[in-house]
Amino acid sequence: MIRLIYKRAMLAVCLFVLFSLINTSITQAAGNSAPPDKQSWTTNGLFGHFDRQQLKRGWQVYNEVCSSCHSVRLIYYRNLAEIGFSSDEIKEIIADVEVPAGPNEEGETHDDGEPIMRPAKPFDKIVLPYPNDLASRAANGGALPPDLSLMTKARINGANYVHALLTGYKDAPSNFKLSEDMHYNPYFSGSQIAMAAPLSDDGVEYNDGTKATVEQMSKDVTAFLIWTAEPELEERKRLGLKVMLFLLVFSAMLYAVKRQVWAKLH
Amino acid sequence: MSKPTWKNPIVKWVDHRLPVFTFIDHSLVTYPTPRNLNYFWNFGSLAGIVLVIMIASGIVLAMNYTANTSMAFDSVERIMRDVNYGWLIRYIHMNGASMFFIVVYIHIFRGMYYGSYKEPRELLWIIGIFIFLAMMATAFLGYVLPWGQMSFWGATVITNLFSVIPFFGETIVQWLWSGFSVDNPTLNKFFSLHYLLPFIIFGLVFLHLWALHTHKSNNPLGIDIKGDKDEIPFHPYYTAKDAFGVGIFLLFFLGFVFFAPNFFGEPDNYIEANPLVTPPHIVPEWYFLPYYAILRAVPDNFIDVWGFLPVIIPAKTAGVIAMFSSILLLILLPWLDTSKVRSANFRPTYFWLFWLFVIDTIVLGFVGAKPAEGTWLLVGRLATLYYFVHLVILMPLVGRFEKTKPLPESISAAVVGKDAKESS
Repeated sequence: MIRLIYKRAMLAVCLFVLFSLINTSITQAAGNSAPPDKQSWTTNGLFGHFDRQQLKRGWQVYNEVCSSCHSVRLIYYRNLAEIGFSSDEIKEIIADVEVPAGPNEEGETHDDGEPIMRPAKPFDKIVLPYPNDLASRAANGGALPPDLSLMTKARINGANYVHALLTGYKDAPSNFKLSEDMHYNPYFSGSQIAMAAPLSDDGVEYNDGTKATVEQMSKDVTAFLIWTAEPELEERKRLGLKVMLFLLVFSAMLYAVKRQVWAKLH
Repeated sequence: MSKPTWKNPIVKWVDHRLPVFTFIDHSLVTYPTPRNLNYFWNFGSLAGIVLVIMIASGIVLAMNYTANTSMAFDSVERIMRDVNYGWLIRYIHMNGASMFFIVVYIHIFRGMYYGSYKEPRELLWIIGIFIFLAMMATAFLGYVLPWGQMSFWGATVITNLFSVIPFFGETIVQWLWSGFSVDNPTLNKFFSLHYLLPFIIFGLVFLHLWALHTHKSNNPLGIDIKGDKDEIPFHPYYTAKDAFGVGIFLLFFLGFVFFAPNFFGEPDNYIEANPLVTPPHIVPEWYFLPYYAILRAVPDNFIDVWGFLPVIIPAKTAGVIAMFSSILLLILLPWLDTSKVRSANFRPTYFWLFWLFVIDTIVLGFVGAKPAEGTWLLVGRLATLYYFVHLVILMPLVGRFEKTKPLPESISAAVVGKDAKESS
């Protein structure tokens, strides 16, 4: 019996080692860039949740800073209700926003070559900064600012990476050959990036009195991007806890049944 | 096997005309099973359950998925965001693929350890290999559907493997693509085949079980059932044991679904496919990594290194042959293994070779995740070499020269004896 327990413990240890090896081998595959530091996000862990106040600040940073070049094309204005904006606040957010209108009574979508516009509604997607990739490149010296909706899922070490990148701008070391119009950032692949440092202290003015340091704004906007990438995260973890708890009890009961059934044999 | 008598008049009426109840009784209730199966025997039924979970979740996903290059990526994101519990179903399907391979790899290794492929279960084993191949095809096709960067580039790399087929290679690749590159017609074709293949797997599983029930399960001792004392009815013994296994498995599976749903995935697949941008490292899903390592292990200057080979094979062709033969060789395993003794518990030399082989495939998996250069390439080549040496050279030799331990007289003698010892 003790040998059996020992054997199973060894098996568990082996599995654990294997999974941690897989985990490190995945995180190490990042390539020629500095590894981002681990941050604590409210969304981490079994009880991960959104800090709605922080997400609202993050939206403000995105809206006032990032959105001039980067889209979040998978998000609708209506989704902002999920991070704590009231419907009046959402109406205020879209008050000055216009989107291309559908065909009018004559079936026209353009007037003299210009698209016919209408005021945005909550069911519209958050407007894109540029009509297409070409326009985007043309306005950004040939570089394409990527869509941010899924950014924290689309990079290794997602949220930590985004935060490290936003706060990681430095002067290039003297032996580093920086290309024209590029900026030194050790966290970006190849250590140079077309985007200039987007955040500066007091770049936005927070309504809730939080001091808008680069660190703070970066944390907030990254938290916002965790939400745009995984809006289901909170519900997922909450439901997950219940399911795990149920399965633990259920498996224990099934084990008791198994023991009892097999007891007849021994 | 006695025919069950049914009391319920409706059951009786139906069973007289179509003996479904008798069939169920024979294959799930009174079905005689060795009394000494350990928990490694749970993985067969687990694989069946994962197959059902995959088909069920897949059918629901297909109701909301759009197989068009301009809409596929967004339709998956719509499932994740706007379909009720779409995120749950999609994460179940996505992680279910990994679970399927974990379960099936354990199932295959269990068969190798306990010699479950040996006479008279050769066909059972071979059908299993075909199920495995169909699973690999299904998983590959499914991975293309979300139309992320890895979907597109994985599809490009894998379909290009077929270009090494002599004379018809190019034609076959264009036929797979339904065009001249991986594009919209390819995506449509892959969606159709991804929906078809699981039902073929289902059919193969039926044959697998038919073959299994003909000669019954092998067991940890690897000796045949010799009498009533050696066997117990499937129900309630193994239904109870399998149900407990399902509980533990679901804890493991749903743990990933709810708390680390992207653990097994590649971040690059959350970037929409772009034929103009090649990702820095094209890596297949983890369950293909050992084969990917074998594919890339063959040296470029194949002819220089293996100069004595009379045929001239380009490195890529040799790599593809090595990769496919690494799986197809398993079909011959019942004959490559010359030992009469099934269970590795009674084969002291094979015991160690088996575990070396397991470690070897894990090493290959790690190598497959790394760029093919430097030390990793060397390790990959040695591990590939050992893979084939194990199957083609060591398996036949060990069976001939190994001195096996004496087998117990019968299952019941061994089990009851052990119980008596433990309780004393």
